[in-house]
Amino acid sequence: MSTPLPFYQTGTFAVGGRLLDEDDRAVQSDPERSNAITKGHRACQGCGEALGARVVLDAALRAADGRLVAANATGCLEVFSTPYPESSWRLPWIHSLFANAPAVATGVAAALRAKGRTDIRVVGQGGDGGTVDIGFACLSGMFERGDDVLYVCYDNQGYMNTGVQRSGATPPAARTATTEPLGGHSGNSFGQGKSAPLIAMAHEIPYVATATVADLRDLEQKVTRAMSFHGPRYIHVLVPCPLGWGSATGETILIARLAKESGLFPVFEAVEGRITSVARIRHKVAVEEYLRRQKRFAHLFAGDGRPDVLARLQTLANRNIERYGLLDDADEPTDIGLLDALATSERGPV
Amino acid sequence: MRKQLEGSQAVAQAVARCRPEVVCAYPITPQTHIVEALSRLALSGELERCEVVNVESEFAAMSVAIGASATGARAYTATASQGLLFMAEVLFNASGLGLPIVMTCANRAVGSPINIWNDHSDSMAMRDCGWIQLYASDNQEAVDLHIQAFRIAEALSTPVMVCMDGFVLTHAFEPLDVPSQEQVDGFLPGYEPRQVLDPDDPMTIGAMVGPEAFTEVRYLAHAKQIEALDFIPQVAEEFRERFGRASGGLLDSYRSEGAETVVVALGSVLGTLAEVVDELRDQGVAVGAVALKAFRPFPLEELRGVLGGAQRVIVLERALAVGIGGIVSSDVRTALAGLSVEAHTVIAGLGGRAITRRSLHALLAQALAGQLPELHFLDLRTDVIERELERTRDGGRPGPHAESILRDLRIVASGPV
Amino acid sequence: MSDTRPFAITLDVGSSLANRTGDWRTERPQYVRRLPPCNHGCPAGEDIQAWLYEAESGGGGYERAWRKLVADNPLPAVMGRVCFHPCETACNRAQLDEAVGINSVERFLGDEAISAGWELPEPHAVTGKRVLVVGSGPSGLSVAYQLALRGHHVTIREQAPKPGGMMRYGIPAYRLPRDVLDAEIERILALGVQLECGERVGDLRAAMREGAYDATFLAVGAHVAKHTEIPGGTASHVLDAIAMLHGLEEGEPPQIGRTVVVYGGGDTALDAARSAKRLGASAPLIIYRRTREQMPAHATELAEAEQEGITFRWLSTIAGVDGGELKIERMELDENGFPQPTGEYERLSADTVVLALGQDADLELLGGLDGIEIVDHTVAVDEQMMTGYPGVFAGGDMVPAERMVAVAIGHGRRAARCIDGWLRDVPARPEPQAELAAFEEINPWYYSDAPRTVRPLLEEIRRQSTFEEVVKGLDEASALYEARRCLSCGNCFSCDNCFGVCPDNAVLKPGGAGAPYAFDLDYCKGCGICVTECPCGAIEMIPEET
Repeated sequence: MSTPLPFYQTGTFAVGGRLLDEDDRAVQSDPERSNAITKGHRACQGCGEALGARVVLDAALRAADGRLVAANATGCLEVFSTPYPESSWRLPWIHSLFANAPAVATGVAAALRAKGRTDIRVVGQGGDGGTVDIGFACLSGMFERGDDVLYVCYDNQGYMNTGVQRSGATPPAARTATTEPLGGHSGNSFGQGKSAPLIAMAHEIPYVATATVADLRDLEQKVTRAMSFHGPRYIHVLVPCPLGWGSATGETILIARLAKESGLFPVFEAVEGRITSVARIRHKVAVEEYLRRQKRFAHLFAGDGRPDVLARLQTLANRNIERYGLLDDADEPTDIGLLDALATSERGPV
Repeated sequence: MRKQLEGSQAVAQAVARCRPEVVCAYPITPQTHIVEALSRLALSGELERCEVVNVESEFAAMSVAIGASATGARAYTATASQGLLFMAEVLFNASGLGLPIVMTCANRAVGSPINIWNDHSDSMAMRDCGWIQLYASDNQEAVDLHIQAFRIAEALSTPVMVCMDGFVLTHAFEPLDVPSQEQVDGFLPGYEPRQVLDPDDPMTIGAMVGPEAFTEVRYLAHAKQIEALDFIPQVAEEFRERFGRASGGLLDSYRSEGAETVVVALGSVLGTLAEVVDELRDQGVAVGAVALKAFRPFPLEELRGVLGGAQRVIVLERALAVGIGGIVSSDVRTALAGLSVEAHTVIAGLGGRAITRRSLHALLAQALAGQLPELHFLDLRTDVIERELERTRDGGRPGPHAESILRDLRIVASGPV
Repeated sequence: MSDTRPFAITLDVGSSLANRTGDWRTERPQYVRRLPPCNHGCPAGEDIQAWLYEAESGGGGYERAWRKLVADNPLPAVMGRVCFHPCETACNRAQLDEAVGINSVERFLGDEAISAGWELPEPHAVTGKRVLVVGSGPSGLSVAYQLALRGHHVTIREQAPKPGGMMRYGIPAYRLPRDVLDAEIERILALGVQLECGERVGDLRAAMREGAYDATFLAVGAHVAKHTEIPGGTASHVLDAIAMLHGLEEGEPPQIGRTVVVYGGGDTALDAARSAKRLGASAPLIIYRRTREQMPAHATELAEAEQEGITFRWLSTIAGVDGGELKIERMELDENGFPQPTGEYERLSADTVVLALGQDADLELLGGLDGIEIVDHTVAVDEQMMTGYPGVFAGGDMVPAERMVAVAIGHGRRAARCIDGWLRDVPARPEPQAELAAFEEINPWYYSDAPRTVRPLLEEIRRQSTFEEVVKGLDEASALYEARRCLSCGNCFSCDNCFGVCPDNAVLKPGGAGAPYAFDLDYCKGCGICVTECPCGAIEMIPEET
């Protein structure tokens, strides 16, 4: 066949495919992939974070030609991967504390720079608690200084390691151990939310992206893209937690997909503080379809249900859909408030 | 070659000659002059191959040092007071990971009430964080201890805190000798990490350790410090041989041979104390002094050796363990266990209050007269205390002591609320 | 270096392999092969998913696909034209966008084989057994092919001058060009099948005895037109569709006028009407007793007929013929959906009436064979395709079944297994049937949106007067595209998804890329993500043995 066909059986959605050229397959399809976090780890069944971390680091390792160091915050990922005497990591990896992974990564990067080791790249990583809550100051400092670190937040929307408590990334109406639907409350309160990616963008760092474990290729491509930049980069990955979300262990990816397809979790990437692409919704679903599969929202459907709360959640999704232009017929997103106006830098990929 | 230098500048130059590869710090008085000077040295290119990272907090400063050290870089930072406490968690982590970071603590009081002046509340609060703590009696020693600190830290793979009194030393100008680059290079070999984050030899650093091995990990940390009791004097001796002056070591005895009364202290007060000892010795009074240079590890045996012959030991402390009194005293008493030596704790110089020769003379006179209580606060303004205690005895809502005292002293003008 | 590392806090990489997490599991995944609905729906018994899988590779994959295809059906170029593709009706992709154009890919492969001269596989060693096949229609050819492959000697007796049965004498050339039919038959004969045309078997018992056959397969088809009593019909120009189509093929075009009426609602009625159009009739009219929806003819042919100007009169019967006029009675449906006469009549002018009311088999040859059961003009067979007379098997239109080419080919394929078993005295076992791969087993997310391709049609002007083929084949790019639209229902197609999505790295590729996957049960925790995320439903969870 002389001309390659644009169409493949599973398009770009499955991990690989025998019909695809090697280059078009996901890193995860490669039998020789790094397996940065290998088997024998103690993550729960169906853990989205274990999957997300492997996907991210394998892609980063490929991009860095295997020359990568990781600094990890305290949290599920750290605990389930390194209980003495066994480590699941296969790359140089350090865990220091809950709140300081970005700073430790900065230290690694500074040391490598001092030593002239331009061949080795640095990744910092942590859960949402370690990132958007307790570690936020270190993260912001790392961004602001322009340190050469890719920081990845695996967002499972709560403190799962300590028994499922609310974090700054817990969505409204979700039940956690500290936001029980008691006394007329309907789970976590409706706050203003805290979008770490948008805050990252406000730092005008070279690259910011969101992704989910539902689209491994998209996630890998973003990691690969992030690795093509120097300076601070941030990727926020939604990783469903069957334990904390009360979802079926086999539905981790499905639920991540519904989060994106409902509009509740916008998937986009931004360069220099400006959104450059969004992952459009392929098959729009109502938020209810996403929420119903999770016991943490079961109180919204018990008895007469809470249509008022569902409506507010749908409004949040609609707002995302409109704001980020998540539907096919939408214009490119422009309404990211002042961030757009602030984006002036000339930096680009290296 | 001695030059008239500010203590902070001299320390900065000494640290620079130790060729740190990553210097990370957050400003806090009275440590700032050190890192400012290091920044200038790095930016000007005088200090080569050194990354200066201006972090957003002391917490981050020590965290950056951890990342750098684990990557095989010689890492340095400096802090004081609140800053040291803000990095408390990270200090435990650095020592737990066995990373040979060197840090200057420009000793300063810890609030509240907020106070920028010198005492040892900060480093004493971090007594058990697993770091080696060395105390400089003067600025020359501060300079020398930093050079020794890198040597000790890296040899033992454990972090070292060099404590120097804020303002009293950091901001004092005096003729100082900063060893040359060649001298330092000859004394301090390159950093060879015991563990390093290296793609060519990957390892996992910072595992979670449960009950099955945690005690052993802690024991090994202790054993390392016990090892340091031998190593610190060796380093001091080697330093003396190379540089021609005594600095560091575990402790320094000043005319304590045959002394009936010995004052034990840490830091810069030793200068004043030595003068007082000289004056009293001239008067034929058998007093001496012991400067504790290493507080962690604590030189129990050595201290017992120098204090064992005395009748009375006075521990002069620049920090207060509220609710018990002395901090160093407890350890000194442990050293004296079983000996019939009378031990007193004297809390002095908190929050920058000067410890004068006159006060020390009075203190020693009181002690020699057998009138010194087991716990004594030097130069305590008893009139203020009594009024304040009286006021609070009336019940009601007396408000904070500190504010009342300041009002009482007419330091703040506002009247009663 | 490692001896300087701190105790416990610093660990060797990858040491968690010592922790076998497989014992957490209460359920385990396993790979399965479910029955794709296309395969389930194919009367010829083709493994459609398997040959589409090969075709998806393009290039050398086409020949591999064709080889998989002809394992079950030796007439893909024919079937790719005339089959009404129940496979596409069953196709799960229809629930996603549109069914895969299986039939068009089949035709592409069939045509590729003819133009490239691919040959059927070599027969097995000669067994010495002799089988007589009566009739060279699709079931006769199918059984002959399958038996020849098994090393048996096959003789086909065909009454007509040329082989092919209804494929030649019932399906007009504009639907099935004769060079295509000839090529595929020729390929079967090349295996050593002996064909004797113009040889009517009048007495089967005698024929079997004379030829010393060990078994017989009857495939005489249904060539005898059914008739209905139309008052006055004998006086008018009335002919039957099957004779008309037969005559066309024999080079004896029937004498028809300008105004032709075809009576009937099946595919043959359409074939007759469309042929009449090509023979000069102005606007042939089809009269059918019931409604358009109830017409047994297939929708695609109906649509093509309409394009060509065929007209229809639904809910009507011919009550009488009188010279150049027809008496038409209007019908209406009762509550059960059956047409009932209304007594309302009208008249229509017509100079020719073509009856397309179905056909029966000519069963005269069975005279003298005991035990053969005739049911409603067809021959009853058991599950081994054998008639009541030992050693005599039957299939195709002469047995009770839907009358279509694919069914006949399927009969031949099944009968060949049974005859082979009978000859070897080892009765054929039923072929195992896997669980159906229902749409619910599919994870449609992973499939790209891809509307099906449409086969080009001959320009309408050329469909007025010539018997040139109406429906054209797909070009290669389109055929490849169409093959790749296959969801591979219930059968792994090596997309690597399970390998990529397992959070525990517990999916292995022991044979490297493209080879089957395996579960590493030492570490699989049984979360089931691989099952949910398998695009094609080729993994299932089963309870862990305790």
